[in-house]
Amino acid sequence: MAEDAVLSVRNLTVDYLTESGAVRAVDAVDLELHAGGFLGIVGESGSGKSTLLFAIAQLLNPPAEIVSGEVHFNGRDLVTLGESQLRHLRWREFSVVMQSAMNALNPVRSLGAQMRDACEEHGKISAQEIRKRSSEVLRMVGIDPVHLRSYPHQLSGGMRQRAMIAMALLFEPQLVIMDEPTSSLDVVAQRSLMIQIKRLQERLGFAVVFVTHDMSLVGGVGDELAVMYGGKIVELGPTQRIFSKPLHPYTAGLLEAFPSIQAVRRRLTGIPGSPPDLRLRIAGCRFADRCPDAGNECTRVDPPEEQIDGRLVRCIRVAERASRAG
Amino acid sequence: MPADEDLLRAESVTKHFGVGPPWSRRRLHAVDDVSLSIGAGRIVALVGESGSGKSTVVRLFAMLARPTAGEIYFEGRPLSKVRRRPAQLAYRRKVRIVFQDPFSVSNPAYRISHSLLRTARLHRPDVRPANRRAEIERVLDEVGLSPASEIIDRFPFELSGGQRQRVGFAEALLSRPRLILADEPVSMLDVSIRIGLLNLMADLRDREGVSVLYVTHDIASAWYLADTVAVMYAGKLVEYGPAERVLRAPRHPYTQLLLSAVPDPRVVLTLTEEDVGEPPRVIDPDEGCRFRWRCPYAQDRCAEATPALGPIEVGHHVACFVAPEMAPAPSSVPTEAL
Repeated sequence: MAEDAVLSVRNLTVDYLTESGAVRAVDAVDLELHAGGFLGIVGESGSGKSTLLFAIAQLLNPPAEIVSGEVHFNGRDLVTLGESQLRHLRWREFSVVMQSAMNALNPVRSLGAQMRDACEEHGKISAQEIRKRSSEVLRMVGIDPVHLRSYPHQLSGGMRQRAMIAMALLFEPQLVIMDEPTSSLDVVAQRSLMIQIKRLQERLGFAVVFVTHDMSLVGGVGDELAVMYGGKIVELGPTQRIFSKPLHPYTAGLLEAFPSIQAVRRRLTGIPGSPPDLRLRIAGCRFADRCPDAGNECTRVDPPEEQIDGRLVRCIRVAERASRAG
Repeated sequence: MPADEDLLRAESVTKHFGVGPPWSRRRLHAVDDVSLSIGAGRIVALVGESGSGKSTVVRLFAMLARPTAGEIYFEGRPLSKVRRRPAQLAYRRKVRIVFQDPFSVSNPAYRISHSLLRTARLHRPDVRPANRRAEIERVLDEVGLSPASEIIDRFPFELSGGQRQRVGFAEALLSRPRLILADEPVSMLDVSIRIGLLNLMADLRDREGVSVLYVTHDIASAWYLADTVAVMYAGKLVEYGPAERVLRAPRHPYTQLLLSAVPDPRVVLTLTEEDVGEPPRVIDPDEGCRFRWRCPYAQDRCAEATPALGPIEVGHHVACFVAPEMAPAPSSVPTEAL
């Protein structure tokens, strides 16, 4: 584990135990995030990205189960901790922002009351301090503290998401884990939320794990990017480098999947086919049947992780492609 | 524009809702004075943020609500005259909706054939009962769901989000419509499968001559798909015209803001830009441009009178006092390919 890593995931594997056998949703994932860093995790529905996030935050419920691996946070392995020890860390040292703020917030409690609940549950501070801190975090995300008295339905979608982020910052955690916090927002609100997250990060110095299916969102903000497919990380490296020259064919496909306002109008094809059925044990590369570049050997050999051009890529033809791309 | 060229034409359409308690006189102006037309075999993108009134426009065009003022013409005939059930049914046959959320639109207890058969029974008297299944399979095939003979007997939970949304288009297509009102049809789907549905809409236009009103907040997808773009803000149309003009040389400051918000993954986000505004809820508004609080070019006159939508070039309309005096957008968008 590197010196300044706040989060270090080693060989993490998660199974869903079903009647017809175990489904491996996260398969031997290794990740590292340095203090104050921004790690984007992108993938399609069913790629295992949300399961990975839940596994990191120790929020998995049966039938999902961590089969093996370690999640080191500040030097402690979260996997081995009990519920009461985890409770001590949650909110205070790491917090989670969920996808749908409408569902994550209690509709019949005011924002202030919900913040008070969180504070009382996880810390021992006075009512006055709680009020002060609640106003402070709301102001940080650009919401007027008068809204402490507001109920979730009185806020717009963008404000609700920002309020969720404010709550996650109540205790100045070192790590904030975000599960598609912007996916219910429109483009303008998305952008202003991303700017806000980045700005708060610079000011407060927390690290972010940001899970999304929309690769274009993390392009401008992330330090590190992990691309997930079929439960495995297929490409991992510095965000800008991956965007300017994707080495895994799946990453390249994702980058080609959304229309660009800059480009001339031409027909895009996206990625044909659908993600693999994880119930089946696939011998070769999981992306082979959708890959425009697949050869015979791809369906036989499970590609090992290869270090190339400052990143990790799981593709047996990567060296060939890297040299072709120049 | 001669009326017979337009499939659907809205003239000064307005929709107000009462807010507050029943005795309240306060009115929410959801749609104010919107005029636009949808040509046969064309795709019109209606673009705006949450709360801009675009879904209310869909409800009005779908005849799920009646306008407070103004008139909508379909095939040259006013919708206010469509009152009796046979006429309403005929309209609903020709104008179909595809909803945003493919996960809540279908009844989980029934196979997808259930609602498709009902649509066929209601809207396709020309198809004999024995042939309905074959007709449904033909339509499923057309929207890219194969093998249709298997898909037709699936339950909704056995389909992915993208497949369910294709079922939505199949159901719309089954009645052989002239116009599909697609209300944010891809925004709930993964980015990687959105493009397939955008292509489907383009194919329906090209192969079947179906017109589409594509409602979206994603201006990049509007650029990809639409012939005509209409931009809404706080219940008003602020810019309207051919996609090449509105999105390549935007004249309204709001359109320029929307374009600048499109994420460009190749550029690192700069933290200096600040826009945390959102469209106001327009309750009993005073005169004045509704965008002036967020507008970098707002002047005194913008608060004194409401700018009307007017031509700035042939076919390109803008509702802004300042725009005609400014050079065409200092657009960050290059006209060349990447």
